Amino acid sequence: MAELLVWPALIAYGEAAFAYAGELRGHGRYGRLGIWGVRIGWLAQTGLLVAQALSMDGFPWGTWAGALNFLAWLVVSGYLIWGCRPRYRLMGLAVMPVAVGLLALAWVGGGTGVDHADEGGWVLAGHAVLILAAFACFTVAAGAALLYLYEERRLKRRDTGVLRLRLPSLEALDRLAGRVMPVGLALLSVGIVAGLTQLESGDYDATMAVTVVVWVVNTVALVLRREAGLRGRRYAWAVLLGFALVAVVLPVTHFAS
Amino acid sequence: MKLALAGISHHRAPVELRERVAIDLASAGTLARELAERDGEGCEAVVLSTCNRTELYLARPDDEALPERADCALLALAGDEGAALAPVTYRLADESAALHLFRVAAGLDSMVPGEGEILGQVRDAFEAGAPGPLLDRTFRMALHAGRRARVETAIGESPSSVPAAAAALAEQVFDGLAGRRVVLVGAGRTSELTARNLRSRGAVVSAIVNRSVERAERLAESLGATVLSLDEIAAAVAEADVVVASTSAPGFVLRSDELVATLRARRGRPLLFVDLAVPRDVDPALASIDGCFVYDVDDLEAVVAASLEGRRSEAVHAERIVAAEAERFAAWQASLAVVPAIASLRARAEEIRAAELERLEPRLERLSEGERAAVETVTAQIVNKLLHLPTVRLKEAAITPDGLIYADAVRHLFGLEEEGEGA
Repeated sequence: MAELLVWPALIAYGEAAFAYAGELRGHGRYGRLGIWGVRIGWLAQTGLLVAQALSMDGFPWGTWAGALNFLAWLVVSGYLIWGCRPRYRLMGLAVMPVAVGLLALAWVGGGTGVDHADEGGWVLAGHAVLILAAFACFTVAAGAALLYLYEERRLKRRDTGVLRLRLPSLEALDRLAGRVMPVGLALLSVGIVAGLTQLESGDYDATMAVTVVVWVVNTVALVLRREAGLRGRRYAWAVLLGFALVAVVLPVTHFAS
Repeated sequence: MKLALAGISHHRAPVELRERVAIDLASAGTLARELAERDGEGCEAVVLSTCNRTELYLARPDDEALPERADCALLALAGDEGAALAPVTYRLADESAALHLFRVAAGLDSMVPGEGEILGQVRDAFEAGAPGPLLDRTFRMALHAGRRARVETAIGESPSSVPAAAAALAEQVFDGLAGRRVVLVGAGRTSELTARNLRSRGAVVSAIVNRSVERAERLAESLGATVLSLDEIAAAVAEADVVVASTSAPGFVLRSDELVATLRARRGRPLLFVDLAVPRDVDPALASIDGCFVYDVDDLEAVVAASLEGRRSEAVHAERIVAAEAERFAAWQASLAVVPAIASLRARAEEIRAAELERLEPRLERLSEGERAAVETVTAQIVNKLLHLPTVRLKEAAITPDGLIYADAVRHLFGLEEEGEGA
């Protein structure tokens, strides 16, 4: 029965994604509907994850589909930290469709059931959680970066409606992306190290290679930000590049396994 | 209890008429207290006077002539010239007066819909006045309606003037304007207004670049800025966050070919150019440089026009909120009509309860203190439970046309009237 919780979560996230699209047309009301959709969906998905954790002996999200389920939850959790503030709500326009997509894929792949568990042990479980948490951070940072580019474009083009639909300021979005990325990178680094401790010789695959590339790209972006003042539009593109690679890692995880 | 309003506002009266009855807050408070005292016990008064309106709100039990009294008091403010105001004043009573006040508090009656100051002015007038039970409730509900309209709609969010639009745009670029450096190029009136708007949000006017040093120095003194010559413009721009330009120069003062190196050295650090001059001072090609945003006067006016349009569309939602609050007020006011009947009913029930307990006193004497207290509690609870539903139903019925019939029926059934008359 617990696996049925995926439906309220999916419906509420979907409602939120549509509501945020509506927020583009009118202030406030759609945004409030959106944030309630996110909250209700998050509660339902949390219930699902708790049920999965309680009913299984091993790590419940070790499969690619299970990982997507957990990643969707982490992404929405990260968004909820900022998304409740009215001016950050529109980040949901970038984040919630991603969450819906991840959860839908997880359901298609059987990652929302309560009868499969990975027997890989706790170190590998920790590795998976850390990597997924890092990917969630990169997703939230990408949401902020997308919003930055959208807002910058409106300001550059002198869009007359720029003050009717108020987004966070460019600086605030840049700072958000800049703060979330180091957290994601730290989680990714620890996650990679945890994975390496369990690695047996000849066990390398494409997923690992792309994960390392993600780490390198994000590290370079952060170093450039700190040392060379990489900010604004260029930093936003760097964050999106890192996220695009993340979006590659997950399918690779599936097809390579 | 009757509520009445007499007023004069920008809708029907030009400023030369409004100014005859305009008074400051202290005088409004004094006048309200005088009106409340003059008309005797139970009279309440609040006087609201802003640059767009002067309104007198009076409340008094069962006074059908209250609107006329309010009107006379308003015209008296103009002294001998009161007669000239008579054709442009308005009078409202009860629910219409409350609805009007709710609309005023929500900014729906203002020249610019949703303007921000009126809510504070209504609060100040209320606090300075002499409200009693009715005006206290009416003004509190009006303030609530005004807050709801601002929180639940975007009616008050968009700027309504070019300087405010420039400041709001700066806030879209920077995360707060506290400590942001503003450079004025030209020391005209418009740039001064814009600079003051930016300053009110925490920005610092760091430099003024102007041909006429004398005028620039006067302005710099009042804004706490330094005066620079036109030769130093690139250095000033290099350190600035916002540049406000409004010279009368025939061509661009801030040219792309002269500033491109300076601006590229900022490595994308945001810089907002606000060009208020006609002909323009800022080369639009500067907008192509990373981090630079250029708004000329047409852009700003278009932003203001879009904002006002947005305010008007939000006003529709705000009207709904105000109407809902006015309905709540009407229901509350209607419930006042049945309050005496409810109070009499409860008093009668309590009287019967007390009399019965007194009659049984010889038998109750044998009980312990605890047992006597239990009997007291149980009988009181029985009375309360019996009367709860009739009380609720009476209040519900009060907002319908049959409300007073219900109240009369209760008086008749329980003999409340006869008792009251007998007493």
